Amino acid sequence: MPSILEVINLVKKYGDFTAVDGISFDIREGEIFSLLGPNGAGKTTTISMLSTLFVPTSGEATIGGHSVTKETMTVRDMIGVVPQELALYDDLTARENLVFWGQMYGLSGKALKTRVDEVLEQIGLTDRAKNRVKTFSGGMKRRVNIGVGLLHKPRLLFMDEPTVGIDPQSRRAILDSVKALNQQGMTVLYTTHYMEEAEELSDRVGIIDHGKMIAIGTQAELNRQVGETDTLILHIDENQSGEALVYAVRQIRSVLKAHVIDHAVVIITPEAEEIMVLVITKANELGVKIRSVDIQESNLEAVFLSLTGRALRD
Amino acid sequence: MRKLFLIALKDVKLAFRDKAALILMLLAPFLLTLGLGVVTGRFSGNSSNGISHIPVVLVNQDGAQLGNALVELFQSKDLNELVDPTVFADTAAAFKQVDDNQAVAAVIIRPGFTASVISSQGQTSLGAVVQIELYSNPTTPTSVGVVKTLLDQFISQVEVGRIGGEVAVTQLLASGRIQLQQAQAVGLAMGVNQANTSSQSTSVTLNNVTPSGETVKFDVLALLAPGMALMFLMFTVSYGGRTLLTERNLGTLPRLLVSPTTTVQVLGGKMIGIFLTGLAQMLILILGTTFLFQLQWGDPLAVLVLVLAAVFGAVGWGMLLTAIAKTPGQVSTIGSALMLIFGILGGTFINLDNMPAWFRYMSKITPNAWGLDGFATLALGGGLQDILTPILALLVMGLLLFFIAVFLFNRRGLMEK
Repeated sequence: MPSILEVINLVKKYGDFTAVDGISFDIREGEIFSLLGPNGAGKTTTISMLSTLFVPTSGEATIGGHSVTKETMTVRDMIGVVPQELALYDDLTARENLVFWGQMYGLSGKALKTRVDEVLEQIGLTDRAKNRVKTFSGGMKRRVNIGVGLLHKPRLLFMDEPTVGIDPQSRRAILDSVKALNQQGMTVLYTTHYMEEAEELSDRVGIIDHGKMIAIGTQAELNRQVGETDTLILHIDENQSGEALVYAVRQIRSVLKAHVIDHAVVIITPEAEEIMVLVITKANELGVKIRSVDIQESNLEAVFLSLTGRALRD
Repeated sequence: MRKLFLIALKDVKLAFRDKAALILMLLAPFLLTLGLGVVTGRFSGNSSNGISHIPVVLVNQDGAQLGNALVELFQSKDLNELVDPTVFADTAAAFKQVDDNQAVAAVIIRPGFTASVISSQGQTSLGAVVQIELYSNPTTPTSVGVVKTLLDQFISQVEVGRIGGEVAVTQLLASGRIQLQQAQAVGLAMGVNQANTSSQSTSVTLNNVTPSGETVKFDVLALLAPGMALMFLMFTVSYGGRTLLTERNLGTLPRLLVSPTTTVQVLGGKMIGIFLTGLAQMLILILGTTFLFQLQWGDPLAVLVLVLAAVFGAVGWGMLLTAIAKTPGQVSTIGSALMLIFGILGGTFINLDNMPAWFRYMSKITPNAWGLDGFATLALGGGLQDILTPILALLVMGLLLFFIAVFLFNRRGLMEK
């Protein structure tokens, strides 16, 4: 598959602060590519530059072979953007919002009406089309927010954390709609800090932290970067420190990494089941009360932890 | 161009769906106009227009009966609240008073004025009448209008007296009721008596005679209503400007800027949106006061042109405010302050003609002052040709402020942090 998006050494600086630090990647036509990283990693700034909102400090990016800095209008015609924050007019109805944004993308007349009807059907809000957006639930607003990005049938859709702050049911609906759009041939760049979403949706994942792309590939390729490891998680009492236990656990030969994250001691090891009894014994010796124990197979969270020493939600 | 108007229409729709904004845009100026109308007695028929103690300089070079009658008219008890006359002997000194903004007008009664109306042969004259000169300050059109109205009334009475006197004296002579030697005294007595009646007939209600001779009654609400409308127009333009920053915070502005829409289209659309909202506000207030209070705003075409210019000038301030402020809250705070300051400075609450010269010069930075000048002129019977200066000033103001705002937006960027 040819690349629809190519990013080469993209940098964005605000004074002395570097928000995006020389990232490079590409997205192939028809795939879902996730940018996975914690809050403040540079995901939104990256999308802002790729969608022509911000001018990069240096580097270059092309969409469909067109420069995002030099051919902005051509690029804007090709892309759709679903921003992280709801970007709608609360005092307009769902239909009025879609009509206005459709007009901004050059739609008019019968084509506009037909497309607005289709999108309302797609986001399941045909029966609420005449209601003002301010009367909608958070999930419904999110759906309208996504609908706006789909109106002109973009070749490449940017979705910036579209599931933040919504209920599980609406989240499920959004993830399903992303998959459906992709099946219809739309290429999607999806940013998230939820590992599960990236795992469920993505053909490939780019892991971003502190403005740098620290890993990129399919899930299998990323998992291989940390080897055949499991994650052993010991949830400890909220008023206890796990630092002493982490220090003790790091002395065990098969432990690759150990950290305290949110009242839990997280251990990456290829022998999770084998060392579990030993770890619990050490916890008892140190007076650390363990509330529960989980073992997770290798996943993107472990990859991120392995690469950065921090959890995605940090 | 299409997107420009689509953005503008969307903004107008949103403005008229915002109940709080509607209260300040329409209800507040309407109620304040109504309240001030009640306070000033407009609705009880006992109106006072807030214009008082207009400084006028009189130079009586005539020194005869009619010249003296005119001076007495200005010094009469009936007018002592309205005008503050000072008699000067020297024309140059009188002109200087006007030039130095110490007086709004100088009335020069030239030598021979009485004689030109009533001949020494005991007959009223049919020859050319020596004219009274009015030297006025162009920055105070309302007060000058009042002085001109008083002069028009006086001259009108004199003219009635002259023609009536001639007819009466001729008839008295023909009937033998008076002798030829008595004719001059009788004619003079009739002329002076007729002239003096003008002071008795003058009321605080102002009348202005248009060039066509039509008499237009000046209504106190014709100053109050535009004053309020212009003051709350400043709210509307700052509200409109605030929406740009609100849209930036809400994310709709960035969304617009990643659609195939240029920055110029977004800014232009916003400006047209503010303009149309302000225009709609002014027209609703004008139509409302016309139908509910029977207020005469003047020549409809001239009123429309003036409204367009006033809204344009005010929009310039709205755009500049938006370009300077960083948050919607700042626009609200500064906008509210500006609305009140411009209201005071622009003459909504005070008669600018009574204020010091520096105050009047300062007032010229406000669209309120220019707008009020124009509306007062139109209410006094003026036409489009009489308000060209305020219209030009408002257009220049709007353009200048718009270019400054665009420069500031370009320097700062619409979205870059």
